Order: sequence, then C-alpha cells, then structure tokens
Amino acid sequence: MKRLFRPLRRLAANLVGHGIALFARFITAVRADWRGTDPAPRQRVYYANHVSNADMPMIWTVLPPNLRRQVRPVAAADYWLKTPLRAFIGPEVFNCVLVDRRPDKDAATGDPLENILAALGEGSSLILFPEGNRNMTEDPLLPFKAGLFNIAHAYPEVDLVPTWVANLTEVMPKGEVIPLPLMTTVIFGEPVHLRQGEDKDAFLSRAAAALVALKPEDHAP
Amino acid sequence: MTATTSDILLLFFGTCGLLLLLTLFGEFMRARYGPGGDNPVIETYMTRIHSWWAMVLLVSLALLIGKIGVLVLFGFASFAALREFLTLTYKRQADHMTLALAFYVVLPLQYLFIGLGWQGLYTVFIPVYAFLLLPIVSALRGDADRFLARVAETQWGLMIAVYCASHVPALMQLQFEGYPIDRGVLLIAFLVMVVQFGDLFDFFFGRRIGRTRIIPGLSPKTWEGMICGTACAMLVGAGLAWLTPFGVAGAMLMAGAASLSGHFGALVFAAIKRDKGVKDWSHLIPGQGGFLNQLDSVLFAAPVFYHLSHLFWAG
Repeated sequence: MKRLFRPLRRLAANLVGHGIALFARFITAVRADWRGTDPAPRQRVYYANHVSNADMPMIWTVLPPNLRRQVRPVAAADYWLKTPLRAFIGPEVFNCVLVDRRPDKDAATGDPLENILAALGEGSSLILFPEGNRNMTEDPLLPFKAGLFNIAHAYPEVDLVPTWVANLTEVMPKGEVIPLPLMTTVIFGEPVHLRQGEDKDAFLSRAAAALVALKPEDHAP
Repeated sequence: MTATTSDILLLFFGTCGLLLLLTLFGEFMRARYGPGGDNPVIETYMTRIHSWWAMVLLVSLALLIGKIGVLVLFGFASFAALREFLTLTYKRQADHMTLALAFYVVLPLQYLFIGLGWQGLYTVFIPVYAFLLLPIVSALRGDADRFLARVAETQWGLMIAVYCASHVPALMQLQFEGYPIDRGVLLIAFLVMVVQFGDLFDFFFGRRIGRTRIIPGLSPKTWEGMICGTACAMLVGAGLAWLTPFGVAGAMLMAGAASLSGHFGALVFAAIKRDKGVKDWSHLIPGQGGFLNQLDSVLFAAPVFYHLSHLFWAG
C-alpha cells in the first residue's frame, strides 16, 4: 500500500513545489542576481543570511530547475517535523537535510554535521544558513557557527557561494503573520574556498565578509 | 457587434499594423547590421517592441471584456506599481500593518468603489480616509523614528500608484450627453494612446533636435522634445477624436493637456529615482524597466484628464 502511494506523494510534492515558487514570484517578484558566478550545475554550498522562514524558499525558487533538483536545504528537524504538513513540505517538497539544533539531546539524529556531510558525499548541493538562527538584530549577520568551516575542511573542492537574500526582513519581520508584497532579490557572490593553512576564525570571518559585501544599500531618507 | 466593440477592434488592428511595421523594420535592421543578435541598439529596440506587443494585446483584451477587464488590468498594474514604489521607501516594523492595509485593503477597495461607480467615495477615499487612517495605525505601534518621512512616503505611493492609476478605469463612470456610457472604454484607449505617443515623439524629437535640457543633470528630456511630443500628441488626439465626446478641437486640447501633464510627471519620477539611487524601478517589463517606468506619464495624466473631462464635458 505504502509503495503504491509513493509516486503519488512525489507528484504532489512536485506540484506543491511549483505552487510555492509561483506564489513567491507573484508576491515578491523574486529574481536572481548572479553577480559573482554563473548558475552552473556544479556541486555547491549556497550559504545565506537568515532573517525569516521565507529565506530558504526564495533561494530555492530562483535556482534554475536543473540546479533545484540537485540542491538540498539544511534545516532544523525540530521545526520541520512538528506537524504532518511541515513534515511533507520540508523533507519531501524541498528535500531538506534535517539536522537537530539541540546537540545536548539524546543522539537520536546523531551529530548534526553527519547528515550534512553525508548529503555532500552523495553529490548534492546545499543551502545553508551558517548563522544557525534567524537574525533579529540590527547587525547584518550573526557570528557564523563552525559548520561552514567543517564543510570547507571536509570538501575543499566544493564551491561555497555567498548568497544574500535582500529585503526579506521587510516582507515578513519576526512576529508578523501577513507577508508584504515587496520586491526581493537573491544575490549570488563569488565562491569562497578554504585557503591553505587558514584557521577556523579567519576563514569564517572572510566568508562572512564576502556575504555582507553583497548587501544592497538601505533606502533611508 | 456593438459600435463600441467594432471601434475597439478597429483600433486594435490599426495598432497591430503599426507594430507589425515596426517589427519588420527591426528585423530588417537586424538582418542588415546585427545578424548574430549582437547589435545592442537593435536588440534593445526589439525587446521594447516585444513588450509593446504584449501590452497592446493585454489592453485590447481588457477593453473588449469591458468594465471588469479594465478594472482587473489596472488593479494589477496598481499592485505592481505600488510594490515597486514601496520597495524603495523607508519603513520600519511599526509600518507593517499599515503597508499590509495599503496593499490588501485600500487598493482593492479603491477599484471596487470605481466598479460600483460610487464617485463621491472613490475621489476622496485615499486622499481623505486612507490619509488619516494609515498614520494612526503606524502611530499606535509607538515608533517615532523618522515617522513623518515614513507616513509621507507611504501616502505618496498610494496616491500615485493607486489613486492616480485608478482614474484611468474611472473614466468609464463619466457620463456625457449624446455619448453612450459603454463608450467609456474608448476614452481610456484615447488617453493611453495620446500619452504614449506623446512620450514616443518626445523621445524621438529629443534625440533628433533636442538642445535645451529642461533639468540638466537629472533627465535627458529637452524643451524641444517636449514641445514636439505634446504637439504630436495633439495631432494624434485630433485623429482619434471620433473615440471621444469632445469634438476635434476639444480632443486636441485634452490630448495636449494629458500629454503635457505626463511629460512633467516623468520629470518628477526622474527626481524620485535619483533620490532613491535607482535607474529603473524593476525588471518586470523587458526593455522598459518596471511598471512605474512605463506608467509614470499616464499616472500624472489620468487625474488631470478625468477632472478636465468632468469639468468641461460631463453632463
């Protein structure tokens, strides 16, 4: 019985995926700005700023279909497994790599990095939010967690593409429920790689600087 | 087929013929000067012509459907224009509900009131009720940081992208003596065509004989281009007088007023774009920029055209 339903679920996931992309385009007219690199089908980690739950669907929407099939967003298991609907959208529509954000808990899902490295080992690209949490401060970025460094260390040949999602704080600030239809842009910068002998802190601050450099200016009066 | 429908079709085929000539001209130039599609001037020209085809088809379809079609078309154009405008304004989280109301309540209500023909309401709804209500909603959140700039920019966006734009479909609600009410859609075609032709001729003559910039350093518009553009709009208006209740002389004057207002509107938008540091409002219309790039002059022309029609001809 379960096997019978699987193709149907795949089809439904596909349709819902197109629906989400269409909705994102209708509301925010989101578009990609491939400023530092091409949309080439290479194995990549798109690491992005994180201000809202809509960040990941925005990046996913602007990736061309052939890249989208290859990419797996890294997302929090506690969020995406909470309800059956989320469990369908996260793991099945977006094909998320789920990680447990609370390492102190029993090792049910194991080391968070393990799943990520396994996905890279299978040849997938990733969408990753190295800040770990949504940024609610006035600063452009929170300090990066070690994950990005560990990935760069384990897979030095994979492109780490800084990806700035512009304007989303205004589309849906934390605590608001209605998204505003404002135009958003996803800006892809020049890929970053770990340099010979570069230590963790130096690498993470260089990667963060490459990401912040993509941020457009504010339109303050 | 009613007289109105056959007139719309006549206009449609006339415009298609014109676009066909322009397309063939472009293809000829491309074959001659840029066969590989590598001449940027020709490619820009062709992209623009393609956008024009899309716009002519959409507008004609809306006019043929009638009232609902025109309301839906301009409702969506308002939505796109307001989105482009408010993306560039300064806002804080305290404005979130205000902006949501602007997009999801004020905009649809304005078009609903026009559809219902409640003239007493649609001419004051945004300048009075939205003007008073929206700052209250922002103020209740208690954030006074650049408050006046925030509410003023939001109101300006609503006025230009919704209130002014909605005066195009509002033309359908004007009643003229001896002019059947269903011909209102033709008045819309008249307004849009004289303004757009005025812009095209302004561009053309500005390039050819333009010497004196109106605002040097801000906009390439010249006095020569603007005067010739307005004069051409008046001639086009005279040729299209059969669409209107104004008569030939009246149609010329109305076309001139609309076109002139549109030219100055484009200058206002040039100042806003410079202030916000952008060249185009968005990327949504290939070759033209955003909806606001395409509509700026129509937005300034529409309320002037509406009120002059109301003042001098409506009975």
